[in-house]
Amino acid sequence: MEAIYKTPDTIIDTPTHYCPGCGHGIIQRLIAEIIDEKDIRGKTIGIAPVGCAVLAYNYLDIDMCEAAHGRPPAVATGIKRVHPDKIIFSYQGDGDLAAIGLSEIIHTANRGENITVIFVNNAVYGMTNGQMAPTTLLNQKTLTTPQGRSEQCDGAPLRICELLSVVDGSRFIARTSVTSPKNIIKTKQLIAKGFNTQIQKKGFSLIEVLSPCPVYWRMSSVGSMKFIDDEMTKVFPLGVFKDWESQN
Amino acid sequence: MKLADENKKYLLTGNEACAEAAIQAGCRFYYGYPITPQNEILTHMAIRMPQVGGTSIQVESELAAINMVHGSAAAGARAMTSSSSPGISLKQEGISYLAGSELPCVIVNVQRGGPGLGDISPSQADYFQAVKGGGHGDYHTIVLAPSSVQETADLVFDAFDLADRYRNPVMILGDAQLGQMMESVVFNKKCKPNSFKKDWALTGANGKKRNIIKSFYPVRGELEEFNAKLQAKYSLIKSKEVRYEEINTENADIVIVAYGTCARICKEVLMENKTPNIKVGLLRPITLWPYPSQIIQEISEKVRAILTVEMSAGQMVEDVRLSVSGKCPVHFYGRTGGGIPSPKEIIRKITEIISVKEEKTSVT
Repeated sequence: MEAIYKTPDTIIDTPTHYCPGCGHGIIQRLIAEIIDEKDIRGKTIGIAPVGCAVLAYNYLDIDMCEAAHGRPPAVATGIKRVHPDKIIFSYQGDGDLAAIGLSEIIHTANRGENITVIFVNNAVYGMTNGQMAPTTLLNQKTLTTPQGRSEQCDGAPLRICELLSVVDGSRFIARTSVTSPKNIIKTKQLIAKGFNTQIQKKGFSLIEVLSPCPVYWRMSSVGSMKFIDDEMTKVFPLGVFKDWESQN
Repeated sequence: MKLADENKKYLLTGNEACAEAAIQAGCRFYYGYPITPQNEILTHMAIRMPQVGGTSIQVESELAAINMVHGSAAAGARAMTSSSSPGISLKQEGISYLAGSELPCVIVNVQRGGPGLGDISPSQADYFQAVKGGGHGDYHTIVLAPSSVQETADLVFDAFDLADRYRNPVMILGDAQLGQMMESVVFNKKCKPNSFKKDWALTGANGKKRNIIKSFYPVRGELEEFNAKLQAKYSLIKSKEVRYEEINTENADIVIVAYGTCARICKEVLMENKTPNIKVGLLRPITLWPYPSQIIQEISEKVRAILTVEMSAGQMVEDVRLSVSGKCPVHFYGRTGGGIPSPKEIIRKITEIISVKEEKTSVT
């Protein structure tokens, strides 16, 4: 009998350290499925960030490199320049990419580095117990915004897809979420498109994934999904912001 | 300039010689950010790397530069970055990660005056930062200190080999004087970049066990075990890689300990017999880490005094004192903020040390 659903070969079958209701497990599984389907496990190199996903190499059975906080795009650049025919992706959170690593991501996009970035936006610093992220919504309560994020004091949430889509060197920029089977399927399609962008040597691709953090949002798992659909998508609209294919 | 011919003599600045030697040593990945007095390294790389099929990127920041080195080193290539003091401070986090991930690479520091923005004159005030770690955690970079343009080139070759042999970052510690001055140089060191097997490198797990490059050990006990492994490596480096130059130390009254530009100046004091009544020797550390403690200790048992000369307020002198361990007096003469000790100043200091000693001897 043919198996129609199984653990991807690229996933290491082990319990993860992620909290209940976290989105990282879904997103990393999608990456593994894509690597299997494209049969690129032997030529893919991933970069794990500082943050909740630092242990991604415990779950993805591929060559991987850690990077200092915010620097995965620089490390990815260094690897890609040595191995231009390998598939290089960085997996980064919102603190890593949009706060301490904002310079690296903009300049890596601007150089048109032929890499793929999976940007997981859960609007909070999860690893350090829930402080404000650059993507935290206005009035959202975190450990460091106990009265809610104030635009006057903390600035407004930073929209990375919108920012990077005006950088000349970027080729494929999209935002998606993992709140429903439909959105998960869409997310897989968009990440696959990011990898295709790289395989076809079209240049820099980034897929932002809105992802739940029930523990540090102080919400239920179901409530977190609803929060993304009802609140986050108002500030971070889903869609494709830049696509080399439709531009041609 | 075309690919350097090993039989030809070139007239180059220390910075250009450093960059060309890296290319000759098989470095094909260079990442740099402009800062005086090391800009010639960037410009040389920008011309030469494309000629040899290499990559030279002028990056957005020192942080990006050191982390691109991290990536290329993890991918198994010979990679280098260069900067001057303030820029090297910015790279320290990255150097700690490179050491913690056991990645080989070469970092060039063409030192300038500090602290802060300081100035662009020669200085040796980054000694502590270079040899004591610099970034966070228990680690060492191997530190090589040239004192001529030729030696800069030669040590760059050795730096890449040492880095690959020990899977450890290696720093070339020069200064504005060495980087900017022109001297003749030949590139005739033999180097086999492919002789080091890098089965740990990231190449994609095609038909082999996958590799992970990391410095994160969150499970209790694992990090201590890893640190023990690092320390064992450092002990091995200390036992095998110490280098120094020794001149006239036999029967010397006083031995100067100085490195880099200062050692050159001190050689002048020795060469022209400017202290006819005092026998002066010189011990020039070439490796600043590992430090030539053993030979300095041996010298300390035979001389009346040791004088350390530095372009700093007194940094290496601490390692000299540790090596000497009270066996003889250790004196210090230093200039800071771009001041360069002159032979005359050093002779005055030597005369002062010896005459004070003689006064004491005659009293007792």
